[in-house]
Amino acid sequence: MKAGTKFALGAVLIVGSVGYLMASGIKQTGQYFLTPSELAQRVSVDPSFYDLGLKVGARVVPGSVSKETATQTLRFHITDGSVSYPVIYKGLAPDTFTDSVEVVVEGRLEKDGVIHATDVLAKCGSRYEAVPKA
Amino acid sequence: MILLGHLSLWLAFLVGLWGAITGFAGGWQQRPDLQQSARHATVALFGALVVAVISLETAIFRHDFTLEYVAAYTSRNLPTFYLWSALYAGQKGSLLFWATVLSLFALLAQVLTSRRHRIYLPYVAAVTCAVATFFITVMLFAANPFERLAFAPMDGRGMNPQLQNPGMVFHPPMLYLGYISITIPFAFAISALLTKKLDTEWLVAVRKWTLVSWLFLSIGLLIGMWWAYVELGWGGYWAWDPVENAALLPWLVMTAFLHSVMVQEKRGMLKKWNLALVLGAWLLSIFGTFITRSGVIASVHSFTQSGVGYFFLVFLVLAAVASFTLYATRLPLLTADAKLESMVSREASFLFNNLLLIGIAFSVLWGTLFPILSEAVKGTKITVGPPFFNQVNVPLGVTLLALTGIGPLIAWRRASILNLRRQFAVPVTAFVFALLILLVAGLRDFWTIMTVSFGSFVLATVTQEFGRGARARGRQYGESLPVAVFHLLARNRRRYGGYIVHVAIVLLFVAFAGMAFKKETQATLQPGESVTLKSPYGHVYTFTHIGISQYNALNREITAGLVDVKRDGKHIGRLRTEKRQHVDAFGNPTFEPSTEVGIKSGVQEDLYVVLAGLVNGTEQAVYRFTINPLVWWVWFGGFVLVIGGLIVLWPGGTPLAVKGPRQAGYGVKLEPENVGRSDSLTVGRHDHA
Repeated sequence: MKAGTKFALGAVLIVGSVGYLMASGIKQTGQYFLTPSELAQRVSVDPSFYDLGLKVGARVVPGSVSKETATQTLRFHITDGSVSYPVIYKGLAPDTFTDSVEVVVEGRLEKDGVIHATDVLAKCGSRYEAVPKA
Repeated sequence: MILLGHLSLWLAFLVGLWGAITGFAGGWQQRPDLQQSARHATVALFGALVVAVISLETAIFRHDFTLEYVAAYTSRNLPTFYLWSALYAGQKGSLLFWATVLSLFALLAQVLTSRRHRIYLPYVAAVTCAVATFFITVMLFAANPFERLAFAPMDGRGMNPQLQNPGMVFHPPMLYLGYISITIPFAFAISALLTKKLDTEWLVAVRKWTLVSWLFLSIGLLIGMWWAYVELGWGGYWAWDPVENAALLPWLVMTAFLHSVMVQEKRGMLKKWNLALVLGAWLLSIFGTFITRSGVIASVHSFTQSGVGYFFLVFLVLAAVASFTLYATRLPLLTADAKLESMVSREASFLFNNLLLIGIAFSVLWGTLFPILSEAVKGTKITVGPPFFNQVNVPLGVTLLALTGIGPLIAWRRASILNLRRQFAVPVTAFVFALLILLVAGLRDFWTIMTVSFGSFVLATVTQEFGRGARARGRQYGESLPVAVFHLLARNRRRYGGYIVHVAIVLLFVAFAGMAFKKETQATLQPGESVTLKSPYGHVYTFTHIGISQYNALNREITAGLVDVKRDGKHIGRLRTEKRQHVDAFGNPTFEPSTEVGIKSGVQEDLYVVLAGLVNGTEQAVYRFTINPLVWWVWFGGFVLVIGGLIVLWPGGTPLAVKGPRQAGYGVKLEPENVGRSDSLTVGRHDHA
């Protein structure tokens, strides 16, 4: 076999493994990123969306936040304007988490209608710029 | 001053446009007067932009809040140190900083390029001026740092506390230096394509510049990791955030180029590939800028969403189409001088190394863009996070690590069995040895074992190379071992400096693998209460909450928690961690509270303590305790990487510039009788010649 052919085989092997790793990686670790409305719609059509790991991007409902520092539990509601979900998160809230901030909640919507979050990311409109005073 | 700044920005715009036009026209029509004018334009451009920077900094230092930028990013009580970095703390200022640094590089490229490569300079001036003009255009029409406010506020909004960290003063400039300097290799590549002078000359011209940007980018990435680790408080240094990925992409492509360029120098192969890598690296840097500034992909780093992103998108598409069209028309000029002769050859190992690096880059790009791609194709946003990147990149990275050890052991063109046996004996022994030790020690994680085993394989390779070279010198000149090693480094900086970078890569990989063993616990503690955590090495740490103190500092209110640390019952020190609430000059809170992490760093492991909060304002505190193994080695490995890079970059020493029988990088010509032997044996002799 010529060196060129052998090399081509090696290249195909590498490109193939990269492709395979990427495809399987996305299949195994990919998560839906939905708004509350999209989530509500999906759940009503397909109940398998309960208990599925996903991310929900929305705004925290002002005044809905209750923090229990002792048990490290954070409860709040998120909304996109039309649909709202309660969220419960056990863990430390990020520094940037406040009322009415935009958040990405990672977790599962359980049958009780509450999103049990494993992670909460606060997305400041822009992290490195001050929040304009109202 | 504001008017002066604004005017100099316009002046820079006109000068940049002039430089671009005269550079292209001068190169096209071979007119020396226009070429001269383009060269002068780079000087004028730099001058005008420096004046703009000085105007902005003056306004910042004078607390001139009539300027929107000054009011938005600084305040009266901001420490002086951070008044300097306020220049690039926000979108608009960082654009100005970017353009200025680019104009500096444009100027340096004109001045520092050796006589032999003068032919490329008019087009280089044109390309750099054109890119700078683009950045100035964005400022003038979408994000002007000299925009005024109708009413000057009493005080500015202040700088985000997370940017008030020494790492943040140096991280952006370093990263920018890396990002921006890629424009120079790109400009040389375009110039080579336009002038059709596509021999190895342009490679020589471009190689050092690529190395410069690679080095800056490496430093920028490392400082960024350090900043994320000490400032953000989530306990790690790399989160596969889109913006981190955007900086990693050009770094990967440039790393690929720095390897494949050797194949072209030695064998005249991979010409098309190398040019594509240079073009690609630059386009990825612009792509990264687009991601950072447009907010298309959710990231913790992004600036405010603004129209600036569209400018970059349009620029990116135009630049990509233009450069690859030009590239396509020149393809017939880029045929290889030689063919691959054997799979077991240095060339082949470089080719696989390149494929892997580009494969990694592609997967990172794919993962970063996947939310957008999936939404466009399937209508649903699907995101991937760190699990995806780790799952894909750990196997690829470990394979790459193996190649790092294998490549330098195989001869060019075709390796003989004798050569292989001679070269691989020691490294393979080291590999097996490490493997056995890890298995006996009870480690069962496959990728960790592979990382460490291949790591020792690479270290053995490097040691063998140094050892052989030094012994050859010892025989030749009667030098002692340290002197011989020093001379090896001095005489053949590129090769042995490269090996030092390989050592750094091993250190980094092992350190990354260590993070898989991190231990974490959260606890709510009354003063006097403690919690224990067992480290992966088997040490038992006891953390005791001592108490809380609250006080005010310059521009912040501080709540500090003090923790006493014992290892295996022995007192080893105290750690303090803070919650900071930044305030303005009137004592009103600004921004959300930020966290100062308490870190005790060691060679084995870091103790990492975060104060999460107080329970109802009492002294009962919530802490997160983390033990991060081997983090110290990331910083040490990074240091070694920079040293290695500097050795390679240091001027002189490399026989690269010498034309004639000596070939690039090595003092040995590839005669058939040499093929079966190690290159290093003959290095000393040729220095003598």
